Parts: sequence; structure tokens; C-alpha cells
Amino acid sequence: MNNTQHKKYAPEDVVRLGHGSGGRLSRELIEGLILPALGDSAPRQLEDGAILSALKSDMVFTTDSYVVSPLEFPGGNIGTLCVAGTVNDLAMMGARPVALSLGMILEEGFSLETLERIVRSIGDTAREAGVAFYCGDTKVVERGKGDGIYINTAGIGERVYAPNPNGIQPGDGVILSGTMGDHGFTLLTQRKGFALQSDLQSDSAPLYGLVQALCAKVPVRWMRDPTRGGVATSLCELCETKSWSVTLQEGEFPLHPAVQGLGEILGLDPLYSANEGKFLAVVPGEFVDEALRVLRNEPLGVNAACIGRVTAGHAGKLLLETTMGNVRVLGMLASDPLPRIC
Amino acid sequence: MEASLAKYRDPKAAKALVAQIHEAAPVEPMSLMEVCGGQTHTIYQYRLREMLPTSVRLVSGPGCPVCVTPITYIDQAVALCQIPGVVVFTFGDLVRVPGTRLSLEKARALGGRVREVYSPLDALIYAREHPESQVVFLGIGFETTLPTFSLPLQMAIRENRNNFSVLLSAKRVPPVLDALLRSKAPINGFITPGHVTSIIGANAYSELCERYQVPMVVGGFEPIDLLIAIRDLVRLVAEGKHDNANAYPRAARPQGNIKAQQLFAELYEPCDEELRGLGIIADAGYKLRDCFASFDALRKFDLGKIVSAEPAGCRCGQVLAGTIVPEQCPLFGKRCTPDHSIGACMVSMEGTCNAAYLYRDSHE
Repeated sequence: MNNTQHKKYAPEDVVRLGHGSGGRLSRELIEGLILPALGDSAPRQLEDGAILSALKSDMVFTTDSYVVSPLEFPGGNIGTLCVAGTVNDLAMMGARPVALSLGMILEEGFSLETLERIVRSIGDTAREAGVAFYCGDTKVVERGKGDGIYINTAGIGERVYAPNPNGIQPGDGVILSGTMGDHGFTLLTQRKGFALQSDLQSDSAPLYGLVQALCAKVPVRWMRDPTRGGVATSLCELCETKSWSVTLQEGEFPLHPAVQGLGEILGLDPLYSANEGKFLAVVPGEFVDEALRVLRNEPLGVNAACIGRVTAGHAGKLLLETTMGNVRVLGMLASDPLPRIC
Repeated sequence: MEASLAKYRDPKAAKALVAQIHEAAPVEPMSLMEVCGGQTHTIYQYRLREMLPTSVRLVSGPGCPVCVTPITYIDQAVALCQIPGVVVFTFGDLVRVPGTRLSLEKARALGGRVREVYSPLDALIYAREHPESQVVFLGIGFETTLPTFSLPLQMAIRENRNNFSVLLSAKRVPPVLDALLRSKAPINGFITPGHVTSIIGANAYSELCERYQVPMVVGGFEPIDLLIAIRDLVRLVAEGKHDNANAYPRAARPQGNIKAQQLFAELYEPCDEELRGLGIIADAGYKLRDCFASFDALRKFDLGKIVSAEPAGCRCGQVLAGTIVPEQCPLFGKRCTPDHSIGACMVSMEGTCNAAYLYRDSHE
């Protein structure tokens, strides 16, 4: 953190309606705050649209909106999320991220200092992901009509790897690239009035580098980043309508001790908790060890584990073999998990 | 945490206990009731029923606080959150329970003020910081949950906070068991709720065991805890004994938590209480003592006449009384699911229908 930068803003320096007017104040915000904070991730030209050169292979196009609360949390903020989330959606399609757009809806009265901090994280995360912004837009809504800041990013990627889910068969391994549920549990502890102390951090991170490392060595059949709904919901979606099942081994889940403990206390299942820097991969059985070796060599993959297998029978079901040796069916997340009261 | 819990989920220990249960179980069928919803959840989660002899049947009891809360209570909470200036604070479980017309979640979407908290103390802190607001805490639960909001309530009373009150629906386990036994429910033994017992003490059940000649064993919430309780209970039933035993001594003591009991005695007196599905049971609830009437939301706010009606076709009542299993309700898994709950037993994490749905074998 650069202290001299922060002194730039007094508490009364906030977003005003005029910042979204399209006039002089808008320009001041864009040229004085947003572009410098984005650094070399910023768009090169401020035209009505950006021109991209033709890609060598199939283009992948995605979009996502970010409305997280609180805006800042251990391990990241809405800025890191809005880059990592969209880049990861591209990566799961086997695509190298090429270009992003940045749409921000700001609430009148939002602190410019916080905004700068968030935009700085956006720039940093884009740099980490090896991608830049090509276009953007900023609007301001009246005080009380937003939650500080909402962000939408769209992303374009170039398809480098093409996983083939049709090849999935019993015996394949299900790999998770690291600990489960860190993001969801971190936000839980950060919710106002929830005073639990832990060293738990959001796992928010761009994953293309890890995907690239894995796909270069292993014929990956399927990938998914288990965000909202968690690992169980993503795998339920994978199994649906298929002729095989997936069986998870309860004892094999990589879990941060704080996630395990909080899950027990609050009655929340990490299998259904959000991740923002992890992915699931299905790989041929004979490549499981190689996949784990490759992933564990990368900083973001040190806790990678094989959490289950594709199994014959029980077509279309996600099964869990409990530590007690019994097998039960796992369903999709119904709605937001509720903490239990006793 | 991991290491200490692993002990209570150890497959080898489970296998040994299951063998002992099979050995002890007589041929004649017996029905054992696990009283607490948390226990029901573990039983479904680890599929403990499959491990038991066919003659040992587990029946889920009424120990899910959200489920036994009468629908009138939800209607009152909805009415409160719609009064200008009132902010209703609640545990998360309650917000999706359907009322006659609205759940708290829907009331909030329509402009009602409802806040979810993990700690009831947060409601008191809000009341201190917002003297212009009237804070109402939804105080529901059995003896386990009661201390968590009774303490902030005691603080509010001591600091004379006139913008804090509680909508109370407190339930007491022993009178509920008494009512079940009086109704001659076909239960041969009870696994009593471990966490309630940590408050009221294991001795609280001795008189019931004696009077109804029925054995009870305090049970915990991990699979091994429950298997020990089931083994002990099966043995007692087989031997025709009516002991009051404790298979959860690491949390539940004979006398319970004296401080919590003193707190209850200071604030409340027993009263007749309606439990959903079970009707009005003598002494099954607590009400605030008259000297604290101004902290009782029902006596503080005029809610007018509230007409409540149970949802058509919902059979939560019979599920709670243990007379049907969730799958026997025609709504179960069809019109009533965790996404679109009709009855409270489907909403709460401790509800029998919720556990049965979550852990059932086929999802349509």
C-alpha cells in the first residue's frame, strides 16, 4: 500500500452524480483515477469501441456481474473478483484470456479512496492474469440506489485447449485444485456483526496459468470453477443426464482447518460453499497422479487432491462415500445455506 | 478440530458398536425416538438406519425449534416487521418459514424490516446505536437456544432499554416428552437431546422414566455418539429397564448449566404453549414474568387480530408427532421442497422433511 497515494483523498472526496454525467467530472474520474489505477491494464484508446485483431482459433466470449458484500475482504475485494471470475470462466473453456471490458455502476457518495483501491486491484489482477482491458463504462446512481459499487466485466478468450466431456468414463479421476469453500466461508466471517477470528482468506485468483500447466501435460476431459453452489452443485450439473455417476470420498477433501471448524459450528457444508480460485477437472484414471504432480508444483495448486472417481451405475447421480463407509446421494444447493440455530 | 471430531466418526468404532447393537437387539420390533432435529440430521447424513437391525426403528421427534413454532408466530413476526420504526432481528432459519400469507423473507422483499443475525447480542447493540428504532428479537427455541437471547434480554432489562423487546416462543423439552408419553405414542425408548440436556441437566428426565416406565439415554450429535446412545437404549429396552442414562457425558452433566437455569428463573415462568402438530401442552413454554412485560413484543405492540391458517395439505404436524414419515406426506418432494417449502419441517436444517429430502436416494 502506498500511503502518499491514500492521502490524496479526504473523507469528503466521494463519487458525485456529476461523475457519471459524461462531462468534465466524468473525464476527471476516468483520467484522474481509473486509468492511472488500472496502470498498464488500462485501455489504450478511449473510443466508442475497441478493435481486436483476429484470433488464431475459436473465440470464447463470457460476461459476469459482481455485487459482493462486503466489498473488501481478506484475500481480495470486488476488484480482484471481477477479473478472476471472468478470466476463470474463459479458462474453464480452455481459453487464454485476451481482452476484458469493465463496466462500473457507482453509488453517489461512494468513497473515492475505496474506489481507487478497488480499481488498483482490478489492474493488478488483470496483470497477474496476463490480460488487459479494452473498453469500459462508468455510471453513477443516486445515493441509496446502489451498494457502493457494482461491476460487470465481459471477457474474450482464444481457445487453446478443448476438453471433451463426451470422453468421460468410469475410472476417471475427479481433481480439485485446492482447498474447498475458502471464499464462501471468508465472506461469512466478514459479514457485519459476525466476530469470528481466523486466518482464513478468500481464494480469489485467476486460474489460466494453472489450467495451462495441467492441460499441457494431461488430456483433461472437463473443467469447471465451482463458484456459487460449490463443488457439489458443479458436479451435480456434470452428472445430470449422464450414464455414469461420480462418487466422492468424504475423507479426501482438502479443507482449510478454519473452514472445517466453522462448517461444524454453523452447520454449513463446504461442499456447497463458493470458491473463486479453484477448479474441478476430470482426467483419465491413469493420469490422476501426473495431474496431481503438475498442479502441486504450482503455487495455486499445492493443495490439489483427487476427491473422487467417475463410477459405473447410479446413472446421473453424485454420490458421497462417507467416512463411515456408507454412500449417500448429494443434491444441488437448494438456496442460500442457512446457519442452524442450535 | 479435525482430529478431535474424527474420533466420533471412526468407521472401526462404528462397526464395533453396530455389532453390539445387533447382538443386543431382540427379535420383537422396537421404536426409539431421537428427540432432537440435529440428531435426525446426523442419522440421515451417515445413513445410520441402514446399519441397524430391522427390528430397531428410529422415529424422529419434535426437537426442531423452527418446525414446532406455530404459524401464528410467523404471522405475528411478519406483522411486527411491517410496523413503521420496528426492525425485526432473527436467526436465519426462520426467514423462509411460510406464514399464513407471507414468510419473513417475502415480507422483507415487500418493505418489511428483517435482519438476520448469528448472535442475538447484535440485536441489542443495534438497539443501543439506533434509539429511534424499535428492535424486536424473535426468541424461539428449546432450552439450548434460550440462553443465547436471554442474556442480551437481561442486559436490556438492566440498562432499561425501552427500544428492545422479544417475541417469545420458548419451548421446554421435558413437558413435551411428558405429553408424547401421555398420548401413549408407541415409543419404547428416547434418545434425549444432548445440547438441551447440557442446559437442563440429565436429571431432568428421571421422573419421566420412573412415571412412564420408559428408558431414556442422552445422545450427542456425531455418528459414534448416536450409535452409543442407540446401543445403550436397545440394551435397556431388551432388558425391560427404564433407566435414565447418559451417553453424552462430555457435554451433558446431571445438574446441567446452573447459571443458565438461574437466568431462566429470573426472566421467565413456565406457561402452556402451543407446538405445531402437537397442540397446546401444559407448561411446555416460557413466558416473560409480568414485571418485564414491557420487553414482551406481544404486550408492547398492538398487532390487532391475526387470523392464521395452516397451509392446505401440509402434514408437518404428524411428522413432528412421529405418526408419519416425511415420504408419507403427499406434498413431500413434489410441491414441498427446500426451494419451495410449504411446511416448516422442509425449511429448517433440523427439520425431518429437510433431512429426508436432502439425503434421499433419488432426486427427480
